[in-house]
Parts: sequence; structure tokens; C-alpha cells
Amino acid sequence: MGSYVPTSPAEREEMLRSIGVPTVEALYDNVPSEMLLSRPLNLPEGLSELEVANKVSAIAEKNIVFKTVLRGAGAYRHHIPSIVKSVVNKEQLVTAYTPYQAEISQGILQSIFEYQTMICSLTGMDVSNASVYDGATAAAESVAMCIERKKTKAYISATVNPAYLDVVKTYCYGSGVPLTIIPEKNGVTDPEALKAALAGDSACFISQQPNFYGMMEDAAALGEITHGAGAKYVMICNPISLGICKTPAEYGADVAVGEGQPLGMPIAFGGPYLGFMAAKSQMARKLPGRIVGQTVDKEGKRGFVLTLQAREQHIRREKASSNICSNQALCALTAAVYLSAMGQKGLAQAATLCTSKAHYFAQQLCAIPGVEMVHEGEYFHEFVTTLPKTEEVLAELESEGILGGYPTEKGVLWCVTEVVTKAELDRAAAIVKEVLAR
Amino acid sequence: MYPKDLLYSKTHEWVKKNEDGTVYVGLTDFAQSELGELVFVNLPEEGDAVTAEESFADVESVKAVSDVNSPVTGTVIAVNEELLDAPQNINEQPYDAWLIQVGDVEGFEDLMDADAYEAFIAEQ
Amino acid sequence: MKLVFERGLEGQFQKIMPECDVPVYEGSDAFKREGKLNLPHLSENELSRHYTEIAKRVHGVNDGFYPLGSCTMKYNPKINEDMAALTGFTGIHPLQPTYSVQGCLEALKVTEEYLAEIAGMDAVTLQPAAGAHGEFTGLLLIKKYLESIGAAERKKIIVPDSAHGTNPASAVMCGFEIVNIPSGEDGCVDLEALKKAVGPDTAGLMLTNPNTVGVFDKNILQITEIVHEAGGLCYYDGANLNAVMGVVRPGDMGFDCIHINLHKTFSTPHGGGGPGSGPVGCKAFLAKYLPGIRVAELEEGLVAGTAEETMGNVKAFGGNFLVVIKAMTYIMTLGREGIPEASKNAVLNANYMMSRLKDLYTMAYDVTCMHEFVMTLDKLHKETGISALDIAKGLLDNGIHPPTMYFPLIVHEALMIEPTETESKESIDAAVEVFRNLYHMAYENPEALHEAPTKTPVRRLDEVRAARTPILKYDFNA
Repeated sequence: MGSYVPTSPAEREEMLRSIGVPTVEALYDNVPSEMLLSRPLNLPEGLSELEVANKVSAIAEKNIVFKTVLRGAGAYRHHIPSIVKSVVNKEQLVTAYTPYQAEISQGILQSIFEYQTMICSLTGMDVSNASVYDGATAAAESVAMCIERKKTKAYISATVNPAYLDVVKTYCYGSGVPLTIIPEKNGVTDPEALKAALAGDSACFISQQPNFYGMMEDAAALGEITHGAGAKYVMICNPISLGICKTPAEYGADVAVGEGQPLGMPIAFGGPYLGFMAAKSQMARKLPGRIVGQTVDKEGKRGFVLTLQAREQHIRREKASSNICSNQALCALTAAVYLSAMGQKGLAQAATLCTSKAHYFAQQLCAIPGVEMVHEGEYFHEFVTTLPKTEEVLAELESEGILGGYPTEKGVLWCVTEVVTKAELDRAAAIVKEVLAR
Repeated sequence: MYPKDLLYSKTHEWVKKNEDGTVYVGLTDFAQSELGELVFVNLPEEGDAVTAEESFADVESVKAVSDVNSPVTGTVIAVNEELLDAPQNINEQPYDAWLIQVGDVEGFEDLMDADAYEAFIAEQ
Repeated sequence: MKLVFERGLEGQFQKIMPECDVPVYEGSDAFKREGKLNLPHLSENELSRHYTEIAKRVHGVNDGFYPLGSCTMKYNPKINEDMAALTGFTGIHPLQPTYSVQGCLEALKVTEEYLAEIAGMDAVTLQPAAGAHGEFTGLLLIKKYLESIGAAERKKIIVPDSAHGTNPASAVMCGFEIVNIPSGEDGCVDLEALKKAVGPDTAGLMLTNPNTVGVFDKNILQITEIVHEAGGLCYYDGANLNAVMGVVRPGDMGFDCIHINLHKTFSTPHGGGGPGSGPVGCKAFLAKYLPGIRVAELEEGLVAGTAEETMGNVKAFGGNFLVVIKAMTYIMTLGREGIPEASKNAVLNANYMMSRLKDLYTMAYDVTCMHEFVMTLDKLHKETGISALDIAKGLLDNGIHPPTMYFPLIVHEALMIEPTETESKESIDAAVEVFRNLYHMAYENPEALHEAPTKTPVRRLDEVRAARTPILKYDFNA
């Protein structure tokens, strides 16, 4: 039988005798008979492993894996060290459940504790949770952290990734929190508009660093304006950039969130990814989801447990501030192994490679007549250019195995990471030039 | 066993009347022993209104959270912030570990004295 | 064992990144990190060994019986992992042009169709990342629908007191108020209490069936009818779907929407707490509000779009796609015969285990169970001082992952046992022996059980200390 059922027919007979019913169907006596499904499920017949492998592989082969990816916009192809893949495929770590039974889950708990520590190191914040679903939901959950009785309104910059903005909107629609979008000016948040919008009942302002267009915001100023209105400052940040860039803590943020996918996870058509969330210590208890803490066992030996659980839904039920009950533990583990393998030096190298190559490529592109930078200012590893004949250029790049930048209303959003070589960048630029010269 | 100078509610809070007309509100020894070792207290803010028999705070043990009801109606004039760092004070000295001080207090009609509360506990 | 930060030497590092082959960009100092970045510094072999030691301190699904009620800890087939690791899936950017992601869209479409058929629903979104995320999504569908028919004043969601804690928490996140209704003596919905609870303010009911005490609520059609007649919608918490696949469908019970846990019912691994996947299915009248990628088949191929009046996305991209691939592979493997066989054997295993324990242990509800059953150790606790927690800790010393403890809240000293269909009779028999021995031990040598576990890497941990003086990260200055 193909259902991973290990009992034999004879054993099942014996089990039925022990229960005292004639058939398995009799166990469903409580189900009103008119409701029982009277036909087989409309599913294909079960298959052997070889058949399934062929069938699923055939589906995978209908996708095109681009050799060169110059597109980011929220999903970034970075190098994944071999050690990462090896660790995250360890059977115990893959198959265990949430570490409710601490004594036999010390490995998971410790790895989350280590992850929390690394997220605090990266962001400069005091405390991290065990992760949430992705960067967008982390941003959305941060709003609930900041809402207080007299602080009920949320604000977000128009320069935040639109996919995140959409999710924040959905969460605010759910909770009924009014959400205002602060407009941009020259590719960054308009500080004047922010100042004008915030008021005494503002709970938080969310911005992204680098923002959706790749630009570095004047986050210190935005934080000052936000704090001036008595609101909390939430920063969405790119974890690779934090290898060399100023931390959210250094900018004065109260909450730092972001997408952990660049830390060792494949782009995988959008998931699973990893939402990280960290905060200043005063807000520790406002963090949603799991948190692991260090303690001792009855013999005084160091150990780890899920802690501060009385904040959570399984205890607080309708009074909980979030419904989240899982984390992305295996993805958090992935990030921790990635950061351990890279170390401070490796991460700084990766960040430098990304930004250097992005600047190099921008230069190459902008040397082509008709291609210009849309924004002025500092950027990290993404930037927007004008691009005549966008569709044609992108199609030509794709036919050469290159996924070009992401078309947006303002122009094409390019992204370069460390995995793209100078030769690939030169080739991409040559193709762009060639198409535009046609 | 239960201090004679206090008044008690059916939901196991105590009230201590001060000379200036304000009161302190805390949890009884019976309440703390039922709740177990407390790890956190969520307190209201100064200036908040509290209403008799309605929740004004909650206390957390490792695996549970419980509402604390106000035994009186009035306005919070002080909160015991020490408890934020040392919730165990409620376990260790329940009658010293007041949660809030309330002013503009209206009525104590539905509260019990120590003897009545002891009898009430015995029935539980 | 040591923390990763306590290993290795300052200055040690792994050569993973190449030298820069373009001019190094020196950005403005204004954007440069000032503080030191504290990360581990160890060689690859030390790091590898660290995580091997970590893994040894984890009880995985293959380390022994794992009857964690409500979590469906079934075997995680290896082929699923291989399929999800195909570069044709892992190497795809979520914002690639449609023509280049035909395989991804086909996988979404096929999986949605499979799940819709199993759940008895008309449409499915694969965007939610977990069960709780699915609840949030399903309830927002209800909210959006009620607003669209001018019934925004319906604000109340009815939840039985036996429900998962996520149910009320999700409802509140969607702006609903909670009406808790008590369960009847049989652990099922009390019809009279339900009738009293519904009214013109009812938005809907959240329910799982089989319910959290492992019993199929035989009044289910009346329940959904009462809610519908009052103008509310019925939400099915799919946590317990593993009991009924191919036998009876939530859609046929009268439910309007459902979330499904791919990491429970469809064999995808739990990863120590995630990533999971919580697809949401709904009846046709709710489909236009769904979030996520809506796949349509046109002449030129599959295209991705959004639902016309979507409630808005709940995640940045299309969902936990690789988890979806694993579930799709599982359904393809089992097929139309295997899926119901899985459920029937899950129910058989649970009833068999219950039949072997009920002469000693008190069943909270001594009736035919579905895929799980709940014992109450109230009597044992009163007579011996041994609690459900103590029995659980005793199981740890016997290589068994304990059942879910102290849930549902309506059962005192509850242990909720879900063997799943992938356990052999031999392993169930062995577990039964352990449970029986622990029961006798409770009377004969309770002290030893209070001391348990003794064979685990650590003994019982001080959770009060952890919560009162939280240490939530390593102190590099210590």
C-alpha cells in the first residue's frame, strides 16, 4: 500500500478484534450516513516512487532556471554554503515538532537561542523572537507591537516593498488600525510629509533600509521625527547589508524586522522564507511568537526553554496580541548556520561584493545611451534605471539566460549579488547596449 | 490567618483603607497560592478608571494568565512598579505587595471582612 | 554542551566569499556600521560538529513514537524532500515572467485542485504559511464577504471552549469579538448553548470536527445549519483532517471555509516549529476574495493573477512553495486509494491504542474516537500525586515523545494521544506497555516519576526562573 501504513492486514484484523468492531468503517458510526462520501475521491491513482519522481521532475522542468539573476525586489539569490545545506538536512532537525518538551528538544531550543543572539548582533537590538513567516508578516506584526490604548494609528513609507505594504494593509484591515502611507520624494521617504502626518495618537512609522528602490534612507532623521511625535520607529532591513551598514539600533529604531531569506535560503518561488523580529528590551514582551530563554535544570545545568509564553495565544487566547503559534524554526536554523559559516568577515565580504558589483553594473548600464539612474543618492545592491524598450531588452536578456531587472512604474529595478561575476555583468550590459542600438 | 484590617472580594482581592480615603488593592494569600509562582504582572496606568468587579490587571504564571478584578470603583492614583521587576513579591508577601492605589473610591458594600472571607474560602 | 559562540578562535574564518572582481565600492561613512558585529568564528569542521551535537539533542519523528495529539506527527517521506530540492523549484525567482514559471503554476494549480477535492471546497489559496495564518486568512474572507453584503455589523465569532487557542486569537486579529460557548458533557457542541449564542450579530462559528477531544460531532449538520440560519458562516479548523480524508468532507458538513495544515495531514515535516503551510479552501461564493496567486488556464498556458475582490495578501509572495511541493508529491504518491487508507488507519491505530489503555487509564470520553483520544489523569493525580506532566516526563525516559498535555482546556490533567497511521502495531504495543508501566509506577514508586526524566541531556528545567529573569541571548561580554 502506498500510504506509508506499516500494519499488515492480519494485524489490522487483530486490532479490530481488540477494539470490538467488525470493520474500520464501523469506527465512523458517528458520521451521519448521508454525509459519507459515497464515491472515490476525484484524485489520480497512487503512484510508485519512480513514477512520482518522474512526474514531479517533469513539472519542475517546465520552469526556467535563469543562470544569471539580476532581479531582487524582495527575493535575493545569494551563495548558500555547503555546510548550510548539510546541517539543515539533518533528519532530527527537519522532522521534530515545536520544542514543547524541553528535555528532548535542547538542540532546537539552543539553535533558536543562538539564532536570537545572532539577530541581535546583526541588528544591534536587545531581544529577538524565534522568527515569523517572512519579512512582510514581520513588518505587519510590528504594528500590533506598537499599538497602545492612546496610540492607535500606523504609518508606513511609500518606499517600502509594495509586497510588504500589501501585507501590512491586510493585517491593518483585520485589526482595524488606520494605516497612512507617507509619500516619497526622489526615491526616499519625504521627511516633511512624515512630520506633517504624525500626531499624538501615532503608534508607529515603518520604513525600509535599503528601501524598495535600493536607496539608503536618512533613517536617523526619520527616527527623530517619529520619536518627536511619541511614536515607535520600525525599520525593515536587509540582513546582508547589515554586514557593513549602520544597524537599526544605531539609527535609533525601536523595532527591527526583515526578510531572512538572503541568509542561506533559496529563492524558491517565494518560500519558505524567514521573518526576523528584534526590539529594544522595553518592548521584549510585545514581540509576537516564540521566544527561547536560558535557564538551569534541577541539577544546575544550563538549558533552554520556550519562555514568556503567557503572552501567547495558547494561554491568552482572545487577549493575545498575535495568533502566531509556530515559527520558521528550520529557516531560523538555516540563517544561524549561514551566519556562523560566514562569520563577521564573510558577511562583510558578501555585503561589500554585493554593493561593489551593483555600483559597477550601474556604471556599465548608465554608459549606454538612454539608460540613466532614476534616483540620486546612496544605494546598496539595488537601483532603478530608465530603460527604453524595456520589454524587448528583458526578453533578449532572458533568451540569453539572464533574468533582468524588475520592471516598476519608475523604471527597471536591478539587483546584483555576490554570485554574479564581472563577466556576467559585462555580458548583460553588452546585451542591453546591443538591443538599444538596434 | 487573614489580616483583620482588610476587606476582601469574592474574586480574592484585598482592599486596605488608608487614612486619606484612598485604598490599596492586592491579591490574597489564597489567590497567590492558587495561581502558583508568578512571573509577570500587567498593571494599569495612573489615571485609569477602575470599576468594581471588572478586570484592571492580569498576572502571569509560567503556563497561565489570570485577570485581576478591582474590588472597588475609583481612579488609579499609583501603581506598584516594583512588581514589574519582582512579581514574586505577590507570592512571598501578598499583603505588602499592593498592585494599585485607588482614589475617589465609591462604596465597599459588596466586600467581606476577614471572618466572612475565611468562611467563604472554606466553602470553596 | 557549548554554544556556538563558545567554540572556535577569534580570527578563524571560512573562506566562502571570493575576492572582489570589480572596484570595491566605498560608501559614505554616514551609512557604515559602527558597532562590532559579534558572530561565531569557527572552521567548517568545528561548525559541522557543533550541529551534529545539536541534532543529537533533538527527538525527531524517526527517533521513536511521537503521539503528539493534534499535531499529526506522521512519517515524512523522503521522496517529498528530494522533489522539493529540485533546482527547477528552488532556483525560481518569485517575480519571474509567467512563461518561465509554468511548472510552479502547474504545481499550485494541481495542489489546489487536490486539496479542494479532499476538503469538499471549490477554491483554495496556498499563500498562508501556517495553520494560524490560515485561520487569519479564512476569517478575513468571512469579514470581507459580510461587508460586501452589507452585514458588517456581524462582529461575533462563536468558539467552543474546547477550541485551539489560535481560534479566538485569530478572530480578534480580524476585528471580531469572541463568544465562548461551553461544550456539552460529551465534549461536543451543546446545541442549546449554540442556539442561544447565535443572533443578528453572529459573523460565524469556528469549529474542528472531529473535535479537540477526538470525537466526531454527530450533530454537525444541525450545527452548521443553526449558524447559517442565523446568517453566520462556518469555519473549519483543519487541524484534525487526518481522521476523515476520503470518508467525509468538511464542505459536505456545511462548512464555508477551511484551513488545512500541510505539515500535519499531508506529511510535510515540522522543522522544529516551521516552516509549515496552511492553505485555505472556500466555497465558490468566497473565492473572489481569496489572497495569493490565482492560476488560470488560457490557450497560451497558465497565467497568474489575483482574485477580483481580494482581501489582500497575507504573505509577500505565493506561500511556502517548497512545502506545497512536498504535499503535492505526497498526494500523488497516495492517490485516490491511499488518501482514505491513511485516514482509516489513523483512526484504527488510535482506537486500538485506546482499547489497550482504557482498563487502566480514564478516557475523558469513553466512546469511539477518531484519529486521537484524550485521557484524563485527574483520578490518578488525586490518588498518587502523579500528574499528566509527570507521566509525560516518564515517557521521555522511555524514548517516547509525550502526548499533548493539558489540552483541551475542558479536560483536567489531559493527555491527548494521536498515534497516526504511520506507526506499526509493534510500536503501538511497545508504547502501550510503557504507558501501563508508568501507571503502575505512579502507585508503586511515585517519587521516581516526580524525578523523571533522568536519561535526557538535561533534567526538568526551571521555567519560573526563565520567565522572571529572562536571558534571551548570549552575553558576549560575560
